[in-house]
Parts: sequence; structure tokens; C-alpha cells
Amino acid sequence: MKRNLLIGKYWDPEAVLEGLDKLTSQGVRIFDVFSPFPIHGIDPYLGSKRTRLTVAAFIYGCLGFLTAVTMMSLIYGVVWPMNIGGKPALAFPSFVPITFELTVLFAAHGMVITFFIVGSYWPGKRARLLDIRQTDDVFIIAIDKSKVSDEAAVKAVFEQTGAYDISETEYVK
Amino acid sequence: MSHVRSPIRQKWVTNTETYGQITADVARPIEAKPNLLWLGVTAFSGLVMLMGFAMIGWTIWEGIGTWGLNKTVGWAFDITNFVFWVGIGHAGTLISAVLLLFRQEWRNSINRASEAMTIFAVVCAGIFPLLHMGRIWLGLWFLPFPNTRGSLWVNFNSPLLWDVFAISTYLSVSLVFWYLGMIPDFATIRDRFAMKGKMAISRIYGILSFGWEGSSRNWSRYEVISLILSGLATPLVLSVHTIVSMDFATSVIPGWHTTIFPPYFVAGAIFSGFGMVQTLMIVTRKVYKLENYITMDHMESIAKIVLATGSLVGLAYMTEFFTAWYSGSLWERYIFINRAFGPFGWSYWIMFSCNVITPQLFWFRKIRTSMVLTFIISIFVNIGMWFERFVIIVTSLHQDYLPSSWASYSPTYVEFGILIGSFGLFFFLFFLFAKFAPVVNMFEVKTLLKHPKKPEGLKTGSEPVTV
Repeated sequence: MKRNLLIGKYWDPEAVLEGLDKLTSQGVRIFDVFSPFPIHGIDPYLGSKRTRLTVAAFIYGCLGFLTAVTMMSLIYGVVWPMNIGGKPALAFPSFVPITFELTVLFAAHGMVITFFIVGSYWPGKRARLLDIRQTDDVFIIAIDKSKVSDEAAVKAVFEQTGAYDISETEYVK
Repeated sequence: MSHVRSPIRQKWVTNTETYGQITADVARPIEAKPNLLWLGVTAFSGLVMLMGFAMIGWTIWEGIGTWGLNKTVGWAFDITNFVFWVGIGHAGTLISAVLLLFRQEWRNSINRASEAMTIFAVVCAGIFPLLHMGRIWLGLWFLPFPNTRGSLWVNFNSPLLWDVFAISTYLSVSLVFWYLGMIPDFATIRDRFAMKGKMAISRIYGILSFGWEGSSRNWSRYEVISLILSGLATPLVLSVHTIVSMDFATSVIPGWHTTIFPPYFVAGAIFSGFGMVQTLMIVTRKVYKLENYITMDHMESIAKIVLATGSLVGLAYMTEFFTAWYSGSLWERYIFINRAFGPFGWSYWIMFSCNVITPQLFWFRKIRTSMVLTFIISIFVNIGMWFERFVIIVTSLHQDYLPSSWASYSPTYVEFGILIGSFGLFFFLFFLFAKFAPVVNMFEVKTLLKHPKKPEGLKTGSEPVTV
């Protein structure tokens, strides 16, 4: 999808937060912020909902738990009951470690794979950067031009809060 | 950043004023041509590794009759090495996961290298139980799958099988955690090479970085999954060495079947792991000139953990002795007296002095801040923790319930060769990592830098780029 973006480049994350604060108070919707590291306290300005990856992790964990319990119960209870010193074959206490390990295994891998799918990341994907230094020391606020009524006001906020470069660009995603 | 920070608190990043400086300092070894020192140590460890592989090849070809094991001492060097390496692996996850949950900022610069250490140590550890099977090509039998052998299934009541699940889960989850942490840093390296016009190398790091752009929506998800992964990895790391200890504790061998084993093994694992972290970090920060990021305060914090866990281990040794006497079991008492004063008493005292006495020197600030002394103590810790496993395994086995089957044990050159070779493998992998990946987590260290200065060379009007 092609977008025309208004971008303000900063070198100080504090200034980015200040800029976001002023922009959102004017009712401007933020398209995205690009930064070399996570800026804390930025989430409220983006208007995105809390990620549901945690719920996904829980579901994957449950799946791992069920897989482990079903596997061991079927093998020891039905297919191959073993008599070890007259003790019951279906010995749930000794199933605990493997059940725990598989729960963690499923939850961790499932969650990370989902994260890659949701964020559409894969080995070999090309990155589209607004500035080659945005993974080093440049912070960028990007605003979708088509959703802004007063472009001059946005540029003024960029200017006020110390953006060193204000420009417009095409962004394909 | 948005929170207020007291000026009297330690600074975990010193003498650094811009984010770009952090990137430049960490990326320097990756961008530089490999120097003679690196080539030398990598080639040497590679040769040692190959020697180890030759010994492994001989073991597989000829069988484990090439080792010094006998009917009485059925576990010795091999299992010692296994437990030793798994233990070393624990510090990485502890630093990356547990310290993240506790919001310890000093983990940020040392987590990357420690996690790498974890993975390479677990890789080394994995070799030993496979070799001990004797017929390594039947290793697949450890997995529960329908088969034509009867049908024969694995024993879910056996801690040895729990180990298979625990170690493989631990290895794969640590690997994912480590790699996930490196993705943003690989992107930084990718863009630096692109800036210099080295597009081929940039492309390689581009593939490794999965197309990371640093979008804040992804950062927010990224932080959530890092936190959940730590939450999962914390009980996982405790479970791994607990299960390793159950390999011993669920047996009926005196000196092994004690309930103290799980916490005692976990404390020992963290202790040995941090010992190895000290050894590696002291060298890495010096050679790569990273003293501004891995500061003296970092090294002191690590030393304090070594002191705390070393004391826990010492307490466990004494508790074992007390319980052996208090239990009233003749066999238990005999094993412990034999452990300290029997034919393998020398190994007990090496263990005791290295693990209990030397770490106590870390009570002194002068010693904690002397890198030479810290390095020497860390080597002692590594030696001591190897001997701990040797003592537990061999002294408990060599004189069992039946005096007619008492035996001694001495390792052969093959066993020594595999042990030394595993160190070669470990360091070979670590040197490769240190050359081609960022040894310090750049993006996490950047979050520690407050009030940066305006960087130089900021360009206006640059066009978007695809890398």
C-alpha cells in the first residue's frame, strides 16, 4: 500500500515523546514511530490496542500441556502399560516434568512464531527504511498525510519540538 | 527516559554521550578485518575441537570400552562433563530472564554474551549423554514414536528421559530467546554496512535481521514477548538442573538419594555459570575495549552473585555431611567419610577449596575490582565445579554396598581428549560469535543512556532506502 508520509526526524527520544504528546493533543493520528530501541511510554500515543500475543502464548501453553498429558496417558495407560515394582502404570506425579517442559516448549515457540507472522518478519525480507540511521541513532515520527487536515500545524509541532529534518516522502508497505 | 533517576545511582554506561557511539563501539570488531590474535585463538580452539572430534570418532567406532569405566563405576568422566556443561549454561538464562524480571539494568550489556555462552555450553553438554549410549545411531529411540520394535516405548518414569525433554526444550527456547534479542542489532549492523556501501555483507545481516525496521508497534509487541519468554525461561532454567539432579536423587545410591539435590544443583549451576561469565567477560571487555559498557560495577555485581551462590554451595556441602551423620544410615555415613578421606579425597578437597574458600575472597572490594584476581578466582570456580560433579559421581559409585565389587577408576586419554575437545568446541563457537555478532546488546544498552548529546553528521532530506 502506497502512502504519503509527513516525517519528522529527531535525535533525542525525549523530544519524540514531547512531539507525540503535542500532536495527539491536536487530534493528529500517528502512523508510526521508528526508533533504534523501544521508547518507554510511547504506547498510549500510538492508539494501538494491547497485544494479544500473551493470550496466544497461554493457548499454545495449554496445547502443550494437553499434548503431553494425552501422549503419556495413551502410551502408558492404553498402548504399553508397564509394571515397575507393582506401581501403577499411570503415574501422574512422574508425568509432571515432561508436561511442564512441553508446556513451555509450545508456549515459547508458538508465541515467537506468531510474533513473526503478525509483524510479517521472515529471513530475507527487505527492510524499507525512512532513514538509514533509524536503527542507529535517529528517531522518526511518521504521519499519514491523507489523514491530516492541517499539514502546516503538524510541521510546526515538528519544528517546535526540535526535529532536525522535516520532509514528505512516499512509503510503500 | 520518562522516569526520574537519582544521580547517585550507579551508571551502567560510562563516558558515552551519543547513541551512535554505542553502535560504533560494539560494531567495531565486526567491521574490522580479523586480526592475528583472533585468527590465532580461533584456529587453536578449532584444532583442539578437531582433536576432540577424533576422540569422539574413536569412541563411536570402537565403543565406550575405550573409556576407563567398569561395572562398578559405570558413570564417571562423561556424565561429569555433561553436568558441568549444563551447569555453565545456567548463568546465561539467569542473566537474560531472571534479571529482566527483577528489572536489573546491569544485565543489559552482559546478557548477549552470556546467552551465547549458554547455548554453546548446552551444545557441548548434549554430546555426552549421546556418546554414553554407546550406540549413538540409536539415539532416536529416546523419542516416543510408534515403532516396530515390539512396540517399545520410552520410560516416562525415568529422570533420564525427563532430561531428554528438559535439555532439548532448554536449548531450543534459549536459542530463540538469544536470536530474538539479536534481530534489532543485526538490523543495525546491516544498515551500517549499507551506509558504507558494502551491500553483500549488508545483505547477509539483512537476512539474519528478518527485515527489522524498528517500528514502534513491533517494539511494543517485542517487549511483551521478551517479558513472557523470560517468565517461561525462569522456571525452565530451574527445572533443567532440578531434573539433572534427579538423575542422581531418584536412585538408591548413598550420597545421591538426597532431597537437597535440586536446590543444591541449581545453586551450583548458577555459581559455575557466573564463574564462566567472569572468565569470558574479563577477556572480552579488555580485548574489545568495552569497559564503558561492561563497567567495573558490572564485574562487581557478577562477583557478588558468585559469592552468594558459592556460599550456598558451601552450605549444601555441610548440610550433606550433617544429614549423612544424622540419618543414622551406615552406608550414607561411610560414603561421606570416604568422600573426604578415601582414595578420591584429593578431588574432594580440590572441590571444597575452589568452591567454598576462594569465592569468599569476594567479600573484599579490592579483590572484586581487581580483574587479574577475579580472573584467577573464576578459573578456580570453573575447576572446582567440574570436580564437584566428579566427586559426587565417582566417590558414590566406586565403593558400593558390596565390598567384593569395589573398584577404582582412572580416565583414559580418550576421555581426557573428549573433555578438552569440548572446551575447544565451546571456545571455537564463542570466538565465531564474538567476531560476527554484536557481543553487547546495543539496543538495550542504548535505553540506559540518559540525556544524549546531539550526534554529528545528521543529514537532512535523505530519501527512503530499501536494504
